[in-house]
Amino acid sequence: MKKNQKAGNLPTDVLLSMYEQALLIRNVEIQLGADFKNGKLPGPVHLYIGQEAIAVGICQHLSDSDWIASTHRGHGHFIAKGGNIKKLLAEVYGRNDGICHGFGGSMHVADFSKGIIGANGIVAGGIGISAGAALAAQLDNDGNVAIAFFGDGAANQGVLCEALNISSLWKLPLILVCENNGFSEFSPSSTVTAGSIVDRANPYKVPGILVDGNDTIDVWQAGNIAIERARSGGGPTLIEARTYRHRGHVEAEYSFLSEEYQSESEVEKWKERDPLPLLKQQLLNEGISENQLNELSTAVLTDIKEAVDFADKSPWPEKSQATKFMFK
Amino acid sequence: MTKKRMIHAINEALFEEMERDEKVILFGEDVGISLFGDTKGLLKKFGPNRVRNTPISETVMTGMAVGAAAAGYRVVCHLMFGNFIYTGFDAIANQAAKLRYMTGGQITLPIVFMAVFGGGKSSAAQHSDSMHPQLMNLGGIKVVTPGSPYDAKGLLKSAVRDDNPVVFLQAGGRGGQNGEVPDEEYIIELGQAIELNNGDDITIVAIGSMVQPAIRATKELSEMNIKVDLIDPRSLVPLDKNKIFSSVRKTGKIIIVDEAKDMCSAASHIAALCVDECFEYLKAPIKRVTVPDVAMPYSPPLEKALIPNHEQIIKSAMSIINDSYKSK
Repeated sequence: MKKNQKAGNLPTDVLLSMYEQALLIRNVEIQLGADFKNGKLPGPVHLYIGQEAIAVGICQHLSDSDWIASTHRGHGHFIAKGGNIKKLLAEVYGRNDGICHGFGGSMHVADFSKGIIGANGIVAGGIGISAGAALAAQLDNDGNVAIAFFGDGAANQGVLCEALNISSLWKLPLILVCENNGFSEFSPSSTVTAGSIVDRANPYKVPGILVDGNDTIDVWQAGNIAIERARSGGGPTLIEARTYRHRGHVEAEYSFLSEEYQSESEVEKWKERDPLPLLKQQLLNEGISENQLNELSTAVLTDIKEAVDFADKSPWPEKSQATKFMFK
Repeated sequence: MTKKRMIHAINEALFEEMERDEKVILFGEDVGISLFGDTKGLLKKFGPNRVRNTPISETVMTGMAVGAAAAGYRVVCHLMFGNFIYTGFDAIANQAAKLRYMTGGQITLPIVFMAVFGGGKSSAAQHSDSMHPQLMNLGGIKVVTPGSPYDAKGLLKSAVRDDNPVVFLQAGGRGGQNGEVPDEEYIIELGQAIELNNGDDITIVAIGSMVQPAIRATKELSEMNIKVDLIDPRSLVPLDKNKIFSSVRKTGKIIIVDEAKDMCSAASHIAALCVDECFEYLKAPIKRVTVPDVAMPYSPPLEKALIPNHEQIIKSAMSIINDSYKSK
């Protein structure tokens, strides 16, 4: 009932758009998980399944002129910010028509024309970069913002403190979005993270918001507050979105890890709070028909099939290109 | 022409480039007060938006340089001492050096990381490294090491206009060095070595702080009727190999003087290139005058014992002149 009331503040088309994005992310990741299992992917993939509410709830507020920097688990952010899934899949397949022509792969998908500075293979690598993009946005003075998506693992890198300090001092239009999915790679957070991540904002006089990272509407509302504050010159915000990673750190781990660190019962428990059915229920409560949602789902699957075909047909990059792009 | 100290030539270059292009911004620790004098007056002239004192936070500073450059600015990130490159190294090595390449050439990254490098001022081991070899090995970073005020100004202006990340390393002990600087505007293209003396007997390549002792050695060798072809590469990435090769083809003998530790130094790289390209012209072993593979000590006699001087250069030259090495 409470959720229904909250949904009442949001236009239905916004809810639908977020649901569509979340469905797209979920199914692209399912596709890539299967592709990895079938030996189709040349490199590792880190799937975003279970965390979709965060990317869509935040990116719903953004336009192409806003910046995001992301993580090794970055397909979801790429899609939510408007990245093309054909080019995403072609990139992860290592093909010439990939968004980075096969030079980056899964951990480096980026599209600067959409404000996507990119996924990043270095844990916390995107924090400093997005602070720099926020500095550029502040100097441009057009009301644009920069978002740093990072995980709870990255929250233990010193650069978070440095970014909180400098963005608070300079009132940078920066939103630090920590996706606390319970794991630092293969280590449960409780074994590597002290205290509360959102509270790390307090000593820097940065507002901190703790949200249910599986509730898209909750995330949207936190994003709304933080992004509006940043756009109007009010400076940074740290959002901690508590969520859960349904899959492992990296798909390859199912073939090499000998010891269990993520119990099946825990995964099952969190699946009961899967962000997609939750958002679907909120849409049904808003009076959207089951039929309409099913049609959306079918359309998403068709788009993904087309994207897979596109990526499959794309040629491998020419070997002669390997030294291209180092310098302009 | 007017006689100027190197640090003033650098200061002029920054003034001129910030005046010329309002997209040029500069930040770093204490750049307002300017420890070395190279950023003196910039804050007053260009204001606190474009010239910013930062906290002592190299990790976020180098990251911000990448983010702000990706978002359209020309960034000068002042890192004070070259050793502090190490504390900000992730964003230099993992981000700046690779982001254009990884994203399939989507962006340019116009960044200058400035710092002083090398020993000679009793600053001890953590303020005296010559880290250009590490930077040369990154692949995506240009490395500039001016040997005179004239070169420092012209190269820095070029570095600021370059669309790639450049590390501009000024020899720490040479800031006060005087030299003629043109009154009219000029730039020096990166990747063009300069011949400081023309001679047929032996080639000396001297890098950064080693240019002055090499000039002195050249004069003293000349008095002994040994004519030196003295070359300052001025930038190590890109490296003007052809100027070095054509000199070696003329003299058949080469000494490379480099304040880096010997192992994998710029000197050893240049030596290897000369073996590849000029083997049949070499009349004597290639000599490297470098620093032993130890940290820089504090006390003046200890420091003097390690940093190459004109006497070592002369001794090294004599060892391969007149085929004397053959009698060993």
